[in-house]
Amino acid sequence: MSAGTGSRNTEPWGGFDDHLIQGGGGSAVIDMENMENMDDTSGSSFEDVGEMHQRMKEEQEVSEEAAAAEDDGADEGEFLGMKGLKGQLGRQVADEVWQAGKRQASKAFNLYANIDILRPYFDVEPSQVRSRLMESMIPVRLITFPQKVAGELYGPLMLVFTLVAILLHGMKTSGTVIREGTLMGTAIGTCFGYWLGVSSFIFFLAYLVNAQITLLQMLSLLGYGLFGHCVVLLVSYNIHFHFLFYGLWLLIGGLSTLRMVAVLLSRTVGQTPRLLLCGMLSLLHMSFLLYLHFSYHRILEGLLDSLEGPNLAPMERVARDVPEVTLNLTTRSLGGLVRAH
Amino acid sequence: MALAEEASTPFVGLSNVSISEEIPVEGNITVPAGPSTRDDAFSTLDEPVKETILRDLRAVGNKFFHVLYPKRSSALLRDWDLWGPLLLCVTLALLLQGGAADSDDQGGPQFAEVFVIIWFGSIVITLNSKLLGGTISFFQSLCVLGYCIMPLTMALVVCRIVLLSGSGMVSFAVRLAVVTASFGWSTFASTAFLADSQLSNRKALAIYPVFLFYFVIGWMILTFSPRN
Repeated sequence: MSAGTGSRNTEPWGGFDDHLIQGGGGSAVIDMENMENMDDTSGSSFEDVGEMHQRMKEEQEVSEEAAAAEDDGADEGEFLGMKGLKGQLGRQVADEVWQAGKRQASKAFNLYANIDILRPYFDVEPSQVRSRLMESMIPVRLITFPQKVAGELYGPLMLVFTLVAILLHGMKTSGTVIREGTLMGTAIGTCFGYWLGVSSFIFFLAYLVNAQITLLQMLSLLGYGLFGHCVVLLVSYNIHFHFLFYGLWLLIGGLSTLRMVAVLLSRTVGQTPRLLLCGMLSLLHMSFLLYLHFSYHRILEGLLDSLEGPNLAPMERVARDVPEVTLNLTTRSLGGLVRAH
Repeated sequence: MALAEEASTPFVGLSNVSISEEIPVEGNITVPAGPSTRDDAFSTLDEPVKETILRDLRAVGNKFFHVLYPKRSSALLRDWDLWGPLLLCVTLALLLQGGAADSDDQGGPQFAEVFVIIWFGSIVITLNSKLLGGTISFFQSLCVLGYCIMPLTMALVVCRIVLLSGSGMVSFAVRLAVVTASFGWSTFASTAFLADSQLSNRKALAIYPVFLFYFVIGWMILTFSPRN
């Protein structure tokens, strides 16, 4: 009573046929896919039951077609029997082609749209993020050997989004209500463009001067450098004194720039490369903060322009009572500034 | 002795029984195509359209109810659907439309911007929570984030009503209070549903972008002022 090799078919009920076992071995990809699908218990019950129903319907259809083809072949004689056979063959071939295409497409999708590629860069703990935020304001002293740069993307990404939110907050509290939509687009475009663009540019320069830094590390370094920007803008968009802003710009902006510069210095050899790289970075970083602070001033002036029309001379521009957010003394002091300019 | 043997090892005596071909074995072995209840449940093609719509509406309404009284439950996650988020997104975008100060760009960019922000933001938050090691699926997360916009939509309706009575300091204070309360409610509701799917030590990392997302939507609502 052995069902050992299965090819002997000793059992009256057919035993385990060979092709069943070999079929499973040959289509390992399909099996893996099925296993994957079955293990994914986080899907909706609709999805799972829908899939099963689809499969059952397909099986039913196939068996019905096979039965219908057989009937046709038996009843109509040889001519139509041939046609029935060809039809069934054609259908089978089409089915095979579809299955193969679907398999390839899902393989390609799993390979390229796999977010697991990014997973190691998001492997952080909250305490690590906190400590890195604090460290981004502290310039290191030791520049004789390469400083460690954490290669993670969670912190930088969240800081860029925070910067976008702060920019929006700033644009709103200044009373700009025109073109709300494009303000959002501009804010997102500016922040992401800066982060990605300047990182790539500095990485390219670093590649030219043979500095020891990778793109991921540069992205991470610059991202954390935006923490200082977030703090300065948060303060200066609410408390509107120009000298306060300049002081913070120098102090906090300067500290975060110094940190980035120190890390880059520790990874570059030679006077000229160091000068080039670090000069470029500090120039871009500090001027970005200046740009962010002053860009919404221009928008505010645009608002006043559009409200008062072309009649008033520029010198007589006065901050009128527009239906705006009068949360803080921003508007009053801004009005004074506009008059002064 | 045979009896004793049989008593101690019951089925040993059957090992030499052969099924002879003189005893015909008859019958039908049919593999049922799933339990019959499933078949009934899936013949939804024949039911009247009203029933389908009502069933979907009831499911959506049930989820709205769960958002209104957020408890740690899996109701939103089990049977996700994106009807509710779509409805809320379209409502929000339509209501935020009339806020342009000049008459040129009334409808187009603002509707599209709100739409894009909500869906792009939800996708980014979902990807972030998956990358941090969350066990939630893509569409479940979209479903939860979309449904939790409901308090903010209600706040926008209230704000528009308040703005009808003028836009002075008092109305601003009222609007600020309403929007802040609904923002807190949205964030709390979404954490009640999403927190369980995250690793316990990374909850804060996954919740922070949700907080930012609803903050941005809340700001869009608070600073909305209609054209007169």
